[in-house]
Amino acid sequence: MAVPSDIQTTFLLGRLDWNAIPQDPIVWATGVVVAIGGAGLLWMLHKYRLWSYLWHEWFTTVDHKKIGIMYVVLALIMFVRGFADAIMMRLQQAIAFGGSEGYLNAHHYDQIFSAHGVIMIFFVAMPFVTGLMNYVVPLQIGARDVSFPFLNNLSFWMTVGGAVLVMMSLFVGEFAQTGWLAFPPLSGIGYSPYVGVDYYIWGLQVAGVGTTLSGINLLVTIIKMRAPGMTMMRMPIFTWTSLCTNILIVASFPVLTATLVLLTLDRYVGTNFFTNDLGGNAMMYVNLIWIWGHPEVYILILPLFGVYSEVVATFTGKRLFGYTSMVYATVCITILSYLVWLHHFFTMGSGASVNSFFGITTMIISVPTGAKIFNWLFTMYRSRIRFELPMMWTIAFMLTFVIGGMTGVLLAVPPADFVLHNSLFLVAHFHNVIIGGVLFGLFAAVYYWWPKAFGFRLDPWWGKVSFWFWVVGFWVAFAPLYILGLMGVTRRVRVFDDPSLQIWFVIAAFGAVLIAIGIAAMFIQFGVSIARRDQLRDETGDPWDGRTLEWATSSPPPAYNFAFTPVSHGLDTWWDMKRYGQTRPRAAYVPIHMPKNTGTGVIVAGLSTICGFALVWYIWWLAALSFAGIVIASILHTFNYARDYHIPAEEVRATEDARDRQLASAGV
Amino acid sequence: MSTVTQAAPGDFWEVEPHHHHEGASTSIGFWIYLMSDCLMFAVLFAVFGVLGGSYAAGPGPKDLFDLELVALNTAFLLLSSITYGFAMLAMVKENTRGTLMWLGITLVFGLLFLAVEIYEFNHLIHLGAGPQRSAFLSAFFALVGTHGLHVAFGCLWLVTLMIQIRQRGLIPANRRRLACLSMFWHFLDVIWIGVFTFVYLLGMI
Repeated sequence: MAVPSDIQTTFLLGRLDWNAIPQDPIVWATGVVVAIGGAGLLWMLHKYRLWSYLWHEWFTTVDHKKIGIMYVVLALIMFVRGFADAIMMRLQQAIAFGGSEGYLNAHHYDQIFSAHGVIMIFFVAMPFVTGLMNYVVPLQIGARDVSFPFLNNLSFWMTVGGAVLVMMSLFVGEFAQTGWLAFPPLSGIGYSPYVGVDYYIWGLQVAGVGTTLSGINLLVTIIKMRAPGMTMMRMPIFTWTSLCTNILIVASFPVLTATLVLLTLDRYVGTNFFTNDLGGNAMMYVNLIWIWGHPEVYILILPLFGVYSEVVATFTGKRLFGYTSMVYATVCITILSYLVWLHHFFTMGSGASVNSFFGITTMIISVPTGAKIFNWLFTMYRSRIRFELPMMWTIAFMLTFVIGGMTGVLLAVPPADFVLHNSLFLVAHFHNVIIGGVLFGLFAAVYYWWPKAFGFRLDPWWGKVSFWFWVVGFWVAFAPLYILGLMGVTRRVRVFDDPSLQIWFVIAAFGAVLIAIGIAAMFIQFGVSIARRDQLRDETGDPWDGRTLEWATSSPPPAYNFAFTPVSHGLDTWWDMKRYGQTRPRAAYVPIHMPKNTGTGVIVAGLSTICGFALVWYIWWLAALSFAGIVIASILHTFNYARDYHIPAEEVRATEDARDRQLASAGV
Repeated sequence: MSTVTQAAPGDFWEVEPHHHHEGASTSIGFWIYLMSDCLMFAVLFAVFGVLGGSYAAGPGPKDLFDLELVALNTAFLLLSSITYGFAMLAMVKENTRGTLMWLGITLVFGLLFLAVEIYEFNHLIHLGAGPQRSAFLSAFFALVGTHGLHVAFGCLWLVTLMIQIRQRGLIPANRRRLACLSMFWHFLDVIWIGVFTFVYLLGMI
């Protein structure tokens, strides 16, 4: 069956009508708040005449640094949304006992747990990590930009387009009620006839194009644009982990794209890939999506392993212990991440030999991961550790992540997994590694590289408030879920019968409140630091006594990053430069060749978002029109051959002279 | 900052401006894109592998495929690869007119391929063997159709490039684009050989 015939559609608006506006007071209230906030924001932008500035300096930029910052801003905004979903779930589960239905109906609750997962993975963790790589990698390898600056801009706006579609589903229609991976047959047209799954599909497809392109872009950047002398085994470890992550992106996101295309065909055309009848095979979807999904979790964690390595080396003032083994461990994890996908569904019943294979490969991953932990420990051993915030996050990570890793090994044992599959134990496990690994690392990275991006440090006091509420809040929120999982409570449940379980859910909800305070403290920290930026100013460009090349330039770096290309003679090039007393050359400056800004990325991504929206609502004419628009805009872009310009030598000299004065005033 | 204790191993800055040649990363970038595209096809092949026997009491390959037609189509596509090769040779010889001519011939073969494919799809749907009929046919249409969409996109790109070469000649940017499209075109050939072998030939055994 194709589009079910009982769905009423009109030519002009497809199946979009007034019933699409959710009849739910919670959603209404959110809508009002968002509308007021949005209107206020637009008014502010208008009042301070920021439109032109934003368009010319940010939206159309091809500067990897600005794009990186925009990615992180997107991630932080979506993080607030994803966390709102989380705290609503915790509240619902804490009160839905003793005959109470809680305050969320089933339709709404199911959307919330699906949206929470989708948003946190695709629109928080992914853009955050991508933004970080975008900002740091070109600086670390001594490059002026990424290999394909325009594609970088397009990738960002495609990610925004996906996020917009997911956010739109809150107010127009509904989101998927299928969980974050939308397994069929539940996600098929028979069981999910309305727009929820379609929002899911098109949101992820639009964003997925961006992710794949940015993966290719960063991969080529690292392969081709390294400074002279920087061989593979002299690359900073964060660049190494980024390289592996981008390999994983390029080698796994096409699988997601193809899988979602097949699900789309099942829903829109009536094919039988994953249906119950006419030869379809729903378990094939589960296999395919996890062939993407398992590498995905390593896409998220690997760059943060790089961050921890940079942080540990910097704040111990030592060269990283076991650099080579760290690289090999990263590469091992990259390869192994493709050989474990089936551990997500041991209960499929593949038989003992298949399950054993995937159980063993899963356990083997803990070996290179353990090697990393030991490398960090040995780097710290007998060093003078400076307990700045990034280092604190790193230690919190090591303690938290090791426990999360051990529960992971436990789940890798197929017989144990048969008991724990789909339980809250699993939920606690992956939050343990994703929050304790990815998120803690991102917070360390923000604090570590913020001075590079903006020229002033973050306020440490509010950072510490955030740190303690986060770390304690995490354990208070998730330790009860481990216990509940062991008692057999499954995930995604809305109401409970057994009153003895309630106390654990109340504790977990209290933990979520602590985390909320931690998040608030982080935003206060940003505000306080911006207000006090003159006291927190860093003139040196190297506030932490860093080791890698991003610290060799000013904070924030000039558009061209480095006036002259740095040359590497070993690991930790900037450390070597300092050791040998090498300062920036003041030779004759030459004009610097740079890419020009372009609005094509915004236009193409905007049209893609419209196209996605039209497809969700079966507005075929609009879908066809916007698709034609995408093709035409892309072709027109290729007719523009004048994509670059030169920064004049005088401007470079002026910038570098200002930098000299800045360094002199800092006494360097 | 630590004191200088040893002589530096060499200069840490390259003062002489070295010129990155324009678009040095394009071909490797395009290669990597092709590999990611290849993975999409890998998924579709795998899906065909799983579902290729699920006829759901409907028609199978032997009832549907016309090998002679497919052989003709294969010939069109393979010939188009050769003619694209001639276009590249003409490009190397700075022969704009020859390049355009061979690209035009390539385009004709590409369009012929598409025409035959559309005819075949249309024919199957008329027989009641559309993509909805069985999982086998879903997988068949998805795999062959995705390849066809790629060829259609390649044709559109080819036309765009022909206009650009007409406007600006064989400038380095256009040569680079020709090389990329060349890789794309040959890549589609390779995929088609896989399709021809695994879907059509094996299906007829």
